[in-house]
Amino acid sequence: MIKKEMVALILAGGQGSRLKGLTKNLAKPAVPFGGKYRIIDFPLSNCSNSGIDTVGILTQYQPLALNAHIGIGKPWDLDRTRGGVKILPPYMSEEGGRWFKGTSNAIFENIHFVDTYDPEYVLILSGDHIYKMDYMKMLKYHKEKKSEVTLGVIEVPWEDTYRFGILNTEENLKIYEFDEKPKNAKNNLASMGIYIFNWKKLKEYLIKDQENPDTNYDFGKDILPKMLNDGNDMYAYAFDGYWRDVGTLESLWEGNMEMLEKDSPLNIHDRTWKIYSRNANLPPQIITNNANVKSSMINEGCYIDGEVNKSVIFPNVKVGKNAQIIQSVIMPNVVVEDNAVIYKSIIGTNSVIKDGSVVGDKELKEITLISNEDNGLFE
Amino acid sequence: MKNCLGIINLSEEEMQIQELTSVRPIAGLPFAGRYRVIDFMLSNMVNGGIHNIGIFTQSKFRSLIDHIGSGKAWDLDRKITGVSVFNPAFNYNKIVQTHGDIEHFYQSLDYIKYASEDYVFLSRSYMICNMDLKKAFAEHLESKNDISIIYKKVKNEEKFYGLDTLNIGMNKLLISIGKNTGKKEKIDLSMEMYIMRKDILVRIIEESVESGNSNYLKQALFQELVNYKVGTCKYDGYLACINSNKNFYDANMDMLDMDIYKQLFNNERPVFTKVKDEPSTIYRENSDVKNSLVANGCDIEGEVKNSIIFRDVHIAEGTKVTNSIIMQRTKIEKNCSLNNVILDKYVVISKENILAGDKKIPYIVGKNLTI
Repeated sequence: MIKKEMVALILAGGQGSRLKGLTKNLAKPAVPFGGKYRIIDFPLSNCSNSGIDTVGILTQYQPLALNAHIGIGKPWDLDRTRGGVKILPPYMSEEGGRWFKGTSNAIFENIHFVDTYDPEYVLILSGDHIYKMDYMKMLKYHKEKKSEVTLGVIEVPWEDTYRFGILNTEENLKIYEFDEKPKNAKNNLASMGIYIFNWKKLKEYLIKDQENPDTNYDFGKDILPKMLNDGNDMYAYAFDGYWRDVGTLESLWEGNMEMLEKDSPLNIHDRTWKIYSRNANLPPQIITNNANVKSSMINEGCYIDGEVNKSVIFPNVKVGKNAQIIQSVIMPNVVVEDNAVIYKSIIGTNSVIKDGSVVGDKELKEITLISNEDNGLFE
Repeated sequence: MKNCLGIINLSEEEMQIQELTSVRPIAGLPFAGRYRVIDFMLSNMVNGGIHNIGIFTQSKFRSLIDHIGSGKAWDLDRKITGVSVFNPAFNYNKIVQTHGDIEHFYQSLDYIKYASEDYVFLSRSYMICNMDLKKAFAEHLESKNDISIIYKKVKNEEKFYGLDTLNIGMNKLLISIGKNTGKKEKIDLSMEMYIMRKDILVRIIEESVESGNSNYLKQALFQELVNYKVGTCKYDGYLACINSNKNFYDANMDMLDMDIYKQLFNNERPVFTKVKDEPSTIYRENSDVKNSLVANGCDIEGEVKNSIIFRDVHIAEGTKVTNSIIMQRTKIEKNCSLNNVILDKYVVISKENILAGDKKIPYIVGKNLTI
């Protein structure tokens, strides 16, 4: 097999239980976002746009929709003869079968996959964040600093530091301390869950960690603190673009709404850094004479005969006559029948909102989720 | 229809549609917001179960080849069969250059001869329809005729003038093919789609080249039809003939009629096209869109009525677009007014411009122009 400089691994096995009904039959990275995407499209497109052509995706929880979405990686141009995208599920071996016990254990179980490409570096990503980032710039920084581990960080407001894993750094961004969800933070640089490791070093620690009886099999809790204690050079790489964790219903809703802003920080229309996805290949959207669409995003295959205001509408949604959709996220294949009204809601894939029904908080305060069993595939 | 080869012949008449076809063949004309004309015939074939398709181009094939690519969008990037594009080869050593397309077919006859399929569905691209080819093929097999020609019974209108008409006799058998002069009230319009055994097509091409009587495959077919038992097969759905500016404009506008739209776009036989990875279209606070077909990737701040908007179009604030076709990646700046206009791809209309055409003669702005 041909040698690769860097291999990317995306941790995509998470359940995302804070997304409630949305992830009942669906891994969190497969949750629809932004009018046509699934969350994992962002790290995958970033890999493709950064020129990383070898990507392993570690799956575990409810992988059907995710597997169907990834396929052979064609939408991200990752259907390669050498490298490309590989899905890495838990597996049976001579010693028996086992689930991935945590993030570091998942990588440990796939050491042989990484070794196939004999890389200098591995890039570890999580499949549940929305951002656009050039990983090659981070790799350049990693090399310049002669770092063993580089962690992507983003400045967060001081009052929010208690929600994040904070990195305490020296002037030159060398990390001297991890501070997990601190009450009195000394710094406001939060870890983005993006790591570049020198592979040989990581492999050594992964193997060691498996033998530790007290391990949690977690990067944040075990591997990284251990490496720091042993005096390895670890640096923070400050990222100043848009980055959002969409792990809760509130943040998922907000992330979608932010795309509607005039100068949306995500800038999804930027052609120099396209986000790729599996395309539905449906006819253009129809906006009828009765429709009234304002401050909204709509995708192909939609038929809009009612009012849509400050909302994100995914492909193949039907909005009936006199129906009203306000400040909502409507996922693929939803039918909103005539006269139905939806306030500040997330409506899951394949749902039907019956004629005349009223959904959500009229005061536009609480977010309402409507989801059904059948929210997995939307091909 | 696994046993049927598909051939799309793109030597098509462009006299009445020159502005838009100066950079592309009719097959490559953008249509209905995100498609190209050829997508409909390709999708008909694929939905009908044809997996081996040959496209015979004339000139101006650059954009078409870019569009077709590996055939992925139509699921035609097959290891076994799939789509093949045949561009005419020019032999500069030849003393006499031939006109027409028959030579082109003759040069590529091996493709037709050696294909494993026994039947061939021969068509053009400019007749836009969504047809159940499986049904037509079954009808042909049942009739035991040598050749079947597909037609549609239409009320005669100006848009059908000059096209081929069929004179049909007993048992749906063909008597002759004529031209529509506009005299008759109702006509049986030939859709220029033929189903036949492959060896018949090969024989027609070979004999025509040998006798030197025809320059075009169409001529050859007409001359040889007398030697075969030719039947007809009726199609009832929506049909548009993209052979003039007006027909092109009207057919696009037809898509705003939901009954017609549903005939062309349904879940049973979807129409496929090359995907572009465009984000959703964003409708801004002051936008006002009514009765329009809008593709992905647009940014709409102004007013749009009765129009077809292709992918990645920007319509700025204060601008009004009515009864118009706005093709991919055009930009219309602030406070413009466009009525009965066709903007080709990559056009820029700078602010405060007023462009107006007529329903019968839409105003056309060619590709890449800035006004």
